[in-house]
Amino acid sequence: MDVAVFVVAGAIILGGALGVVISPNPVHSALMLVATLFGVAVIFVQQEAHFLAAVQVIVYAGAIVVLFLFVIMLLGVDKAEQLSTEPLGGQRPAAAAVALAGLGLVVLLAVQAAEITGARAVSGELSGEDSNLEILGRSLFTDYLFAFEATSALLVIAVVGAVVLARRPQEPVAESD
Amino acid sequence: MVEDSWYLILSALLFTIGGAGLLVRRNPLVMFMCVELMLNAVNITFVTFARTLDDVGGQVVVFFVLVVAAAEVVVGLGIIVSILRRRPGATADDVSLLRG
Repeated sequence: MDVAVFVVAGAIILGGALGVVISPNPVHSALMLVATLFGVAVIFVQQEAHFLAAVQVIVYAGAIVVLFLFVIMLLGVDKAEQLSTEPLGGQRPAAAAVALAGLGLVVLLAVQAAEITGARAVSGELSGEDSNLEILGRSLFTDYLFAFEATSALLVIAVVGAVVLARRPQEPVAESD
Repeated sequence: MVEDSWYLILSALLFTIGGAGLLVRRNPLVMFMCVELMLNAVNITFVTFARTLDDVGGQVVVFFVLVVAAAEVVVGLGIIVSILRRRPGATADDVSLLRG
C-alpha cells in the first residue's frame, strides 16, 4: 500500500514536472505545476508532515499558481511558444549533459549512503504523543522565534516591493499657470 | 515499505528536471515555475531527513522555504510585469542588460 502510494505520487510529480518544462503554452505549464505540487503534498502526508501538506496545497497550489495564472492572463502571454528551434545552438544537449551528470552524482550518493547518519533531534523530537501541528508550532515559537519574526519583515518588504514595481510610472504633470 | 533513498532519488529527479528546464526555457514565467520545482525537490529531501532523524528542524526549514518562495514569487512577478509592460513579448534573452 505504501509503495503503491509512493509510485502513484512519484509518477504524478515527475509527469507534472516534465509537463511544466515541455508544454509550449505557459498556461499549461502552470496547470502541470499544480499536479506536481499536489503530488509533493501526498509525499508530505506519507512522511507524516501533515501541516506542511496542508500548507503546500493552500499556499502553493492555491496562491502561488493562481498568481502565476493572473500574471499570464493580465499580460496576455498565453500564446504557444515555438519550441522546435533552439535559440542558442547546442544549448539543449549541454543542459541535458549537465543535468544528467548532476543527477548521476546525487543518485550515487543516495544509493551509496543508504544508511542515513547524523545527530538525532537537535531541536526537538518529531515523534511523540502530540500532533505534528503542536510539535511544529511549539518549535516555531520557541527555538525559531527570531527567524519567524524575520520572515514577517520579509513578507512586508516583498509586498511593498511588489507594489512599487508594478505601479505605473506617473505621467509628468503638465505645467499650467 | 518505502526506503528513504527512494524519496531522495525522487527528489533528485525532480531537481534535475527543474534545473534542465531553467537552462532550456526562454519564457521568464516558465523559468520561474522551474525554480519552484527545484524548491519542492529540496523540500522533499528536508521532510525525508526530518522523519528519519526524528528532528522537527527539517519541517521548520520547509516552512521557511515556503514563506521565502512566496515572497520571491511576488517580487519576481512584479519585475516580470514591469519588464513586459515596457516591451511586450520579451524573453530572457532580450533583457540581458541592466538597463531599460
